[in-house]
Amino acid sequence: MSTHQPPMPQAAEAAPNWQAAPGGPYAGYTSPIPVVKTHLGHALASEWTKIKSVRSTMWTLGVFVLLVVGIGLLAGAVVSSNASDSDMSGQSPLGLGFFGLLLGSMCIITLGVLTTASEYGTGMIRTTMTACPSRGRVLAAKGIVFFVVAFVVTLAASSFVAMTQVSMLDGTGIKDPSGAEWLKGTVGISLYIALLGLLSLVIGSIIRHSAGAITIMIGLLLAPLVIALFMFSQSLADVRQALLEYSIPNQLSVFYANSLSDTGPSGWDPLWIVLGVTAAAYAGAHALLQSRDV
Amino acid sequence: MIEAVGLTKRYGDKTAVYNLSFQVRPGAVTGFLGPNGSGKSTTMRMILGLDNPTSGTVTIGGYPYRKLPNAPRQVGALLDAKAVHGGRHARNHLLCLAQLSGIPERRVDEVLGVVGLQDVAKKRSKGFSLGMGQRLGIAAALLGDPQVLLFDEPVNGLDPEGILWVRNLMKALASEGRTVFVSSHLMSEMALTADHLIVIGRGQLLADMSVKDFISANSADFARVRTPDTEPQLREKLTSALTEAGGQVLPEQDGALRVMGLPLPRISDLAHDADVRLWELSPHQASLEEAYMRMTQGAVDYRSSIDQRAGLQQPLPPGAQPPMPVPGQGQPGWYAPPPPQQGGQPFTPPQGAAPAGPYGGPAAPGPYAPGAPAGGPNPYATPGNQAPAAPAAESSPQPSAAPVAAPAQTAAPADLTKPEDAR
Repeated sequence: MSTHQPPMPQAAEAAPNWQAAPGGPYAGYTSPIPVVKTHLGHALASEWTKIKSVRSTMWTLGVFVLLVVGIGLLAGAVVSSNASDSDMSGQSPLGLGFFGLLLGSMCIITLGVLTTASEYGTGMIRTTMTACPSRGRVLAAKGIVFFVVAFVVTLAASSFVAMTQVSMLDGTGIKDPSGAEWLKGTVGISLYIALLGLLSLVIGSIIRHSAGAITIMIGLLLAPLVIALFMFSQSLADVRQALLEYSIPNQLSVFYANSLSDTGPSGWDPLWIVLGVTAAAYAGAHALLQSRDV
Repeated sequence: MIEAVGLTKRYGDKTAVYNLSFQVRPGAVTGFLGPNGSGKSTTMRMILGLDNPTSGTVTIGGYPYRKLPNAPRQVGALLDAKAVHGGRHARNHLLCLAQLSGIPERRVDEVLGVVGLQDVAKKRSKGFSLGMGQRLGIAAALLGDPQVLLFDEPVNGLDPEGILWVRNLMKALASEGRTVFVSSHLMSEMALTADHLIVIGRGQLLADMSVKDFISANSADFARVRTPDTEPQLREKLTSALTEAGGQVLPEQDGALRVMGLPLPRISDLAHDADVRLWELSPHQASLEEAYMRMTQGAVDYRSSIDQRAGLQQPLPPGAQPPMPVPGQGQPGWYAPPPPQQGGQPFTPPQGAAPAGPYGGPAAPGPYAPGAPAGGPNPYATPGNQAPAAPAAESSPQPSAAPVAAPAQTAAPADLTKPEDAR
């Protein structure tokens, strides 16, 4: 590091390399690999490779299926063994799937957040955005792939549990669910949970931090219910009622037509609520993604 | 071709890059140098459209990166070797990037072979060493077989074999007519690899010139002359003789003389005429590292200081000498060999034109002394005072770069086929 060093031989050797060669116009390099105009389909294929090639997907979805099926079958078994003295008669057996899906939704939330936020955590997002400068396309592809995965897995798990429970409780005087109830209890609830996951994915893209985004989403899931439970004051009764009715667990139970109250959302309302919230958050995430530094 | 015009990036009140303008030409390896925190990575991110410049533009082939058609097929980049999801296999990582860019899947196996990772293709990249991570990052950059390549510290963590491989790869890529832009801290590596240099400090352009011009502009070749230690009067005699002949003579600590401005044969003749015997007469050519150190001295943000261990040292026994500090540590003037002549110092503002200043030792208040107070002659200490430095740097590439960058395209005639990457 001192000026007393002998001269560095490399410097002398390197010089002739660029000095000796004759000049000429640059012939730009052209790759022999055919250039393809990329579109959303390429991004979808890429995101599908990404989501299936990490273990966190298998873990979260595995735990989700375990919770939904395990708790669903447990609830079915308990109810069917006590069927004679239970007051379940006249009620739909589909509602028994509620508990498993409520717990399982946390797995979907986690996976949704990880789909976007883990790219920021690892720095992978810079590689991705270099490979695809259309940032909106990346977010759209992530959203579509995740939504389809979450919907299919939830639909499979909830349908399996619903069918098993109906067959377990067959002949205990329980109400035979109608077609509309079947639709709401399987497709409806699966759309709701998948949209909840999509909302988490979008929040993950906005927050860019896995733990922070998961905390926010779990808080959104549980906080309104917990806060409402501690609102004893009479003057806050209306707020308490609204918090209870619009809390996510209660919105979930609307799909099984056993809501906590008669007012508040009913029918397919929860789906439209979560759809609106997710669309708004998605628009915000898209705008932020375009303007922020990666 | 990468072209930046007035590129500026501020984070809050911290200016990471200020008014940076440069061009990176095809057919040559362009080195991108600067101390830690000087804005190299920020500049690279702005080139790739990841960060939006506060003002100014940077284009690749005439387009801003985010407007570039088929961007991943035109530009490949290694920004950070750890910018991968650690839970994914190396092959899947490259596969998802290939799918995103519309690149056929077999290209993934090709680049895995090029970087030598085919045996660990199905291993999760979490377990990769830094060198393996770099290879994976280089594979991702090569995936699209692009025209423009950016590498941020590509040899970081590589073994000697890997360093040699990266060096040859860069040269081979440039010889195919591609634009190769490489940042590095390893000066010896840059001296071997790069044809052209862009040096920044504190986010501002310090130099944009060929490696050879850079070295000669920022350091001086000198001769070291040693007279017999036993006869000090000979040394005085020679000093006056050389000074009379027009040379600059500086004494060195160990008794040798540093002579500038005189060719070696002339020194020998003068010594002979003065009847002085010489024990040593050796040429000294500055390395890229010295030239770089000299140039960036005023622009270093993170500088080590001597560990004082205050209060922990035993009192020295009476009569004992405190140990000599290691040369170079905490001595600002250490890396400052003098410029060859006054005209060869393009980055010194006019008011700092005291040619004998910088190399006078630690206490000399030269233009490159980092301890100079703000507003003093240090051109990099005050952001507003960079006007004299920037025009000099910007005007220099036109005469120097054109003849230099052009020949490199046809350099390395035998290696044009780039054997590692057989297609």
